[in-house]
Amino acid sequence: MELLAIFIAAILINNFVLHYFLGICPFLGVSKKLDSALSMGLAVTFVMTITAVVSWMINHWILIPYGLDYLQIVSFILVIAALVQLVEMFIRKISPPLYQALGIYLPLITTNCSIMGLALLAALKNYNFIEAVIFGLGSGLGFTLAIILMAGIREQLDLADIPQPLRGAGIALIVAGIMALGFLGFSGMIK
Amino acid sequence: MLTKPASQDFIKGLWKENPIFRQLLGMCPTLAVTNAVINGLAMGLATAFVLIFSSIVVASIKKLIPNQVRIACYIVIIATFVTMADRFLAAFFPPISKSLGPYVPLIVVNCIILGRQESFSSKNSVGRSLLDALGMSLGFILALLVLSTIREILGAGTFLGHQIMGLWFKPWIIMILPPGAFITLGILIAISLQIEQKAKNKLQRR
Repeated sequence: MELLAIFIAAILINNFVLHYFLGICPFLGVSKKLDSALSMGLAVTFVMTITAVVSWMINHWILIPYGLDYLQIVSFILVIAALVQLVEMFIRKISPPLYQALGIYLPLITTNCSIMGLALLAALKNYNFIEAVIFGLGSGLGFTLAIILMAGIREQLDLADIPQPLRGAGIALIVAGIMALGFLGFSGMIK
Repeated sequence: MLTKPASQDFIKGLWKENPIFRQLLGMCPTLAVTNAVINGLAMGLATAFVLIFSSIVVASIKKLIPNQVRIACYIVIIATFVTMADRFLAAFFPPISKSLGPYVPLIVVNCIILGRQESFSSKNSVGRSLLDALGMSLGFILALLVLSTIREILGAGTFLGHQIMGLWFKPWIIMILPPGAFITLGILIAISLQIEQKAKNKLQRR
């Protein structure tokens, strides 16, 4: 039950994009087309889940036992950068079609603050191993949900008559604000 | 991009290449910490510290860094300064450090900083990089201050914790919640584009 609560909370209530404001750059940059938004979302979900596993191991098996937690920032960022490279090489070898689909989005993920944010938040909330994995998966799915919804709305926005200065980033942010407003409605679901 | 005066390196960060309104970089901390002016200010100063010192270091050792691993080197340099800023805030300003939460460590993935290293410090002298970093930091701090001032006054009726709106004023709670951040920033970006457009039209008519 606890796990389900973490999962639902990560997707809907504490949505990474709309509540923590993490991963705004890809959220605005890659949400112009529905299918590229989907690929980006899947790539992020994939990397997030693996990051949750690896960062938990590093934090609990290396950093905390040896009292090195002040190295958290440096070690997490290096691990994430290396991990993204590894995942990229791995996917290219194992499944070329998937590589084609995720393509350029994988390297972009390194600088995506949501991945680093996930590692830090999971460490901050003191999750155990299973909880951290569920949190990673849920957060990734939450990101995917947000970016897909956004892409769907933006495809329609292309046809709308928007005042000149609002076009592009301006209207995208306002739409995101209204979406965040909608997601606030979920906050009563779990205490 | 031949011989521009050095002052240009400094001034461009304030408006013409303002990291938030123009380049749309570093949006995450911008949106997340601007619910109160004090948070925005602390975040701006911490980011400025990291940006200025990493720019100096990168510009001074750029010849020693092999091209293939430059990004990793930049990240380690940035992460070092971020750790310093994080520890400093936690030691001397615990309440601020607490309210900023994970966003201080997250300066490490702030695209403004890595972007400046890649596009400026790695190609220019230490002095010019310093000017560039100062200008960008100031632009970033200004943008954070504008955003957090609007949000704090409308959302809580206070400025830096002091009550400034009369008792008749009912705070718009929505402004300090996430949606307020998105909507305010969207409108601010539109306004800045409008001003830019006006200025351009005037120039053409002349």
